[in-house]
Formats: sequence, C-alpha cells, structure tokens
Amino acid sequence: MSPDLNDSMTVSAPDSAPIDTASTDASPTDTPPIPHVVIAPSRGWVALNLAELWRYRELLVFLAWRDIKVRYKQTVLGIAWAVMVPLMTMVVLNVLFGLLMGKNGKPTIEGVPYAVSTFCALVPWQLFSNVIGQSSGSVVGSSNLITKIYFPRLITPLAPVLSCMVDFLIAFAVLLGIIGYFHLFTDYHFVISWALLTLPLWVLLAVAAALSISLWLSALNVVYRDVRYILPFLTQLLMYVSPVIYTTKSVMTGDVPQWIRTVYALNPLVSVMEGFRWALLGRSDPPGFELIPSTAMVAVLLVGGLYYFRRMERTFADVA
Amino acid sequence: MSDIAIKVEGLGKRYRLGEIERYRTLRDAIANAATAPARWLKRAADRGAGDVATDARRDTIWALNDVSFDVRRGEVLGVIGRNGAGKSTLLKILSRITEPTTGRAEIFGRVGSLLEVGTGFHNELTGRENIFLNGAILGMSRREIASKFDQIVDFSGVSRFIDTPVKRYSSGMYVRLAFAVAAHLEPEILIVDEVLAVGDAEFQERCLGKMNDVARSGRTVLFVSHNMTAVHGLCDRAVLVDNGSITATGSPSEVVGQYLHTVGSGAGQTVDLAEHVGRSSSSAPLMRSVVVTRADAEGVGSIPMGADLEVRVTVKPTETLTRPVLGVVVKDIYGAPLFGVNNRFIPGYTLAPVNSPSVICCRVPNLPLMPGRYLIDLYLGDRQKNIDVVRDAIAFDVAAADVYGSGSLPPESAGPVYWSASWTVEPTPDDES
Repeated sequence: MSPDLNDSMTVSAPDSAPIDTASTDASPTDTPPIPHVVIAPSRGWVALNLAELWRYRELLVFLAWRDIKVRYKQTVLGIAWAVMVPLMTMVVLNVLFGLLMGKNGKPTIEGVPYAVSTFCALVPWQLFSNVIGQSSGSVVGSSNLITKIYFPRLITPLAPVLSCMVDFLIAFAVLLGIIGYFHLFTDYHFVISWALLTLPLWVLLAVAAALSISLWLSALNVVYRDVRYILPFLTQLLMYVSPVIYTTKSVMTGDVPQWIRTVYALNPLVSVMEGFRWALLGRSDPPGFELIPSTAMVAVLLVGGLYYFRRMERTFADVA
Repeated sequence: MSDIAIKVEGLGKRYRLGEIERYRTLRDAIANAATAPARWLKRAADRGAGDVATDARRDTIWALNDVSFDVRRGEVLGVIGRNGAGKSTLLKILSRITEPTTGRAEIFGRVGSLLEVGTGFHNELTGRENIFLNGAILGMSRREIASKFDQIVDFSGVSRFIDTPVKRYSSGMYVRLAFAVAAHLEPEILIVDEVLAVGDAEFQERCLGKMNDVARSGRTVLFVSHNMTAVHGLCDRAVLVDNGSITATGSPSEVVGQYLHTVGSGAGQTVDLAEHVGRSSSSAPLMRSVVVTRADAEGVGSIPMGADLEVRVTVKPTETLTRPVLGVVVKDIYGAPLFGVNNRFIPGYTLAPVNSPSVICCRVPNLPLMPGRYLIDLYLGDRQKNIDVVRDAIAFDVAAADVYGSGSLPPESAGPVYWSASWTVEPTPDDES
C-alpha cells in the first residue's frame, strides 16, 4: 500500500463519538497510521467536515466531468449549446423588448446597446439558473450512488457548480466577442477600467446565491418531490425580478414605494448583474447599498443550507 | 486491539415505516402535521395504559438489532442469512451508506465496499471513461486508476470496445468491465455483497477465483452471500443473521448447517409459507403452505432414495388461475440447483383452473438423489407469468436405501445424483482369426 492511497482515506468522527487515536498510534512500526472510522448514530446538527470534502475533491471533479460529457453526448452541436442557449435568449429579448422600447432600431440603455446590456446580465443569470436547476435535483438523481457507496454527500449538489462553470466560461467568451463586435462596428466603445478586477467577486456571489438555494432544495427534494414543480416557477419569477431585461436604474426611479425597494435590494442577483455591467461595461454605477442585505442573506442561507443538508443527509440512503 | 479490523458493538437499525415510503409530498406532510396532536394524545393515552411497546412495534421495524462481532485483521468473514434477515442493512451501515440507530462500529483500515458491480456506470460514457468514473466512485485516486488501467482492460476482456459507449455493450461485457474495475480495488478491508450473483457461470467462476486471491492476500474481507459453496470455500469464519440478530457464529460448515436448520423441516411436516422470508419481493403470497411427503407411504422423517416424492402446495388464489403452473427446483444445501420440473414446459399436465383454496401436487417419481439434505424453491404461476416465488421454501432429507437391490446400501458416489445404468460386454471382431 503506497502512502498516497492513505491520503484519500476516510476518517470521520461523529461528534457524539470521540476518536480513540491513541490505540492506533501505539503501533511501533513506521507505517502511516491506520485510518480509524467510528460509525455511530449522530443526532441533531453535525459538523460540516470540510476536510473530508477536500479529500474527496477528485470525485467532485470526476462527477462534474461526467455531467459535462453526458450533457452534450448525442447532440449534433455538442458543447456549442453552451453558446447557443444564452445567445438565442438574448436575440429573442432583444427583438422583443429592444424594438418596443428603443427608437430607430438602435436601442440603447444608459448608452450601452441593449443587446450588450442584456447579454451581460444573461451570462451570470445562466450560471445561476443552471446551477439551481441541476443542483436541486442532484441528490435524488444520484440515488443510485447514494444507496450503494459512501462519499461526502455534499459532493452531489456541489458537482453541478463545476460543470456549469464550464458553460459559463464559454458563454463569457461569447460575451466578450459581442462586446468586441459592438466596439468595432458601432458607435459604442468599450472602456476598460479597474472595475474589471471585481468580476470574480460577482461570479462568486452568483454561485453562492445559487448554492444557498440549491442546498436547501436538493435536501428537501429527497423527501418532498414538490420541489421539482416549484423550481421552474421560482426560476422564472427570479428572472423577472432581476435586472436582465431592464437595469436597476431604469426601474428604480421616481415614486417606487420603499417596501418594493427593500425587497428588490434583497435579491442577490441585482448586485450580481449590476456588478457585471459595472465591471464590464463601465457606464453604470456599481452596486450600492443593496449589496449588504443581499450578501448577508446569501451568507445566512448558504451556511444554513450547508448545515441543513448535513443534518438531512443521514436519511438520504433510506429515503432517496 | 491492533489485530482487530472491524469491531461491531450492539449495532441496531430501526426503520420507521414512514421512512421506507419512497415518495412523500408536502401535502402529506401538512396532513401529517395536522393530525400530529391527535396522535400525540393517543400515544400519551397509550403510555398511560402501559401499551407503548405495541405502539412502537406497529410503526417501526428493527432491521438489525443488537448485533456484535469482531473481524480480525486478515480474516475472511462470511455473513449468511435469508432475504430480509438484515445482511444488507449490516453492510450498508459498515459501508457508511446509512447510519445505525443504536450501537457503534469501529473500522481500522482503508475500506472499500462493493455493494453492486458498476456503481455509477453511465450508459452514455465509453468503457474507458467509465473505468475512471467508477474507479473514482469506489475510492481510487486518478493516478491509481491510470496505473492499473491496462490491467483492468485486460482482465475485462473488452479491450476492443473500450472506446464504445457502454450502452452498446452486451450485458455480459458490461458486467465484466464493471467487475474488472472492482477487482482492482485494493483496500485493506473489503466489504462485498453478492457481487458474484451476476454474469454467466464461467464469469462467476472467475470472480470466485479473484475473490480467492483477495482472501489469500491477507486482506480483511466481509463477504455476504447466498452462495453457500462460496462461503464454504472462501471464508475462515461465518455468522448467521436471522431476523436482525446474529444467531450463530463459527466455522463456515457449522454455520451453513445452522442456516439449513432454520430453512424448514423434513418430510411430512408442513411449512407455513404465508410469511416466508424466502418469498421474492414482487410476489403475491398465494402459496400458503407446503409439505414434502413420500408418495407411496405415510411417515415423517426422510425420504428414501428412489422413492416417489410429492411436493404438496396449498394455494389460496385471489383471482382465478386459469392455467396454474407449479415449478419445483431442487437444490443442494449450498444453493446450487440440481434439477427443476415445471408443468409449463412438460406437456400433458395442463391443470384445471383454480379459483378456490386448493392443493397443487407435484410428484417426482424415483427421486434420483443421494443421501443428504436438499432445498426446494417454489414457483407458482399462471400460464407464462410467475406470480409467487418462494426460495428455500422447505428442506428435506434423503435417506440411503437399497436402490440397486444389492442387499446393502450404495456407497457414497460422486455428486448428489444417482442414476441407473446398464453394462454389457461386446467382443470386438478379431481380425486375425
């Protein structure tokens, strides 16, 4: 047995059962300590055990890789669909709303072509909605694994994040292409600024927001299959209350009641999308005060979701 | 302490009946919550009446109850028991798939568990891709899989199709590839469940050979099987699980013998089939009881060699069996089938429709079995469809008899079957004369 195999060993200690490592360390030989696993009932809330999750990172990557492979198998266009879906959504929205709102067939919003502004919000939106869509059903969809083999269950909702990230990077490249096109062939000009450096933060917020919801939904879905009916409705609703086809500035004007502003500020996607526009297009204001309540909400939902998932996971194999 | 690989102390697993249900909706939960106070009151009332035990028994099942045993380092332990005895639950707990309700288990060493072959195989992926995926799921590192890749492919014998999606594989190829990956898992402690029950006979032979290698290599193995021959051949020690508890521990032959005692009784004694644990999960319990008797004589005990055997099954149909079919498979004590008879295949025994409780009798003339203990599987069907299947339904003993009319009992011969034969001598034409 080579030492690197022990690297991926699984050692867990349910908090109710203290590990008695002294007995294994007592061995006089130089061999690495024998993994010692205690299996005992756990009650209530349990530790996240992120260290174990880290030891299983290869499996996480493999599952994400499988998702990507399988998603585009037997499709003619293959991975090109990662480009097509947001592109077609953008075209539809552009034709529909752009012509309605703009003038002379050259609609702009805050000095940015409507197509660019919309696509700039669609790219993080796709990331968010793909993660939610795939992650929420992941535990039920992996019941063949969960009932047959042990691995940290948190891997299941996390793997779609990685695979959706690949789609996101492709769509992001397309976004850069579109910006480049408008820069070269229209009177819109791209301005690079230091705000570009904040882009990873907005991506992170989008992923955290998606996960904060998916962790709850994926665990709930095991027991309550209602989740799969709620999900499409939830996603659609979120798209309309997020600044995809409009910008925050264009709707939050004048006599909008304070309670609407408050609720709107809680939507983390507002910060994500306005953050994207600010970082990439440089014409709008950075996300302001709404960043604080929405990030706080994501943080609470995310941490709560992680613990809730860990609490529920002990029943997955019996119920899923 | 250091020579113990697995230490199990008082392990128990309770399933609440509600948890076994596969599918719940929010509406049920709301309805449940609404009626909760009423149930709580009722339970409180029951508690007052000292009736808690019955209440608890009604909505919970102890799939495993107070199980304790140790497995020493390098030992191969067989776990046997009937369907539903709790073997799988035990494996699932030790593999950390599900948590115990009570007790604890300690495992010293890197564990690999094989509860099925091909866990996580994806039909759309190629053989090559599935080797990596399945290997990762079983707990191998990417480097480890890469270094063993060629061996795995060689062992599977599907190298020509390694870049073909496995959905185009035959089921045999699929299983061979899946087993090849599993066979190259090298944990210190291996937990295996019935993986040998797949594939054709030749492949099973190969799997047993590989298991043998694993067992000899000094690794600790926990092996759950219905295959008594395999348990016999591979294991150093065995435990018998019955009804959630360990009822016997000892050498494989002792425990296998014990297991057979739990299966059923000898000739002339009726075995109740109403809640028989050997019934397959999809069966409707139409067969109520079975008795094995000697056709031409009364009596309890064993059936003499060569006697006419009768298997009499009491059937209580819920709807008319238009063309009843009764299949009887006779097996040796290790579970290997010896012969099977079925009036579906043998012409001339079209039975009249059965629509009320009846006894279907299957008569096997001149029972061609050597002395020993045998098991019977029963298959009740209607036309082409099996309706009720009960494995290991009953056991019976065959006693030595002077079947050859030699005046003494026949000596032990090879195998469980005796058969008549005739001998002659014919002079060869002598070409020199």
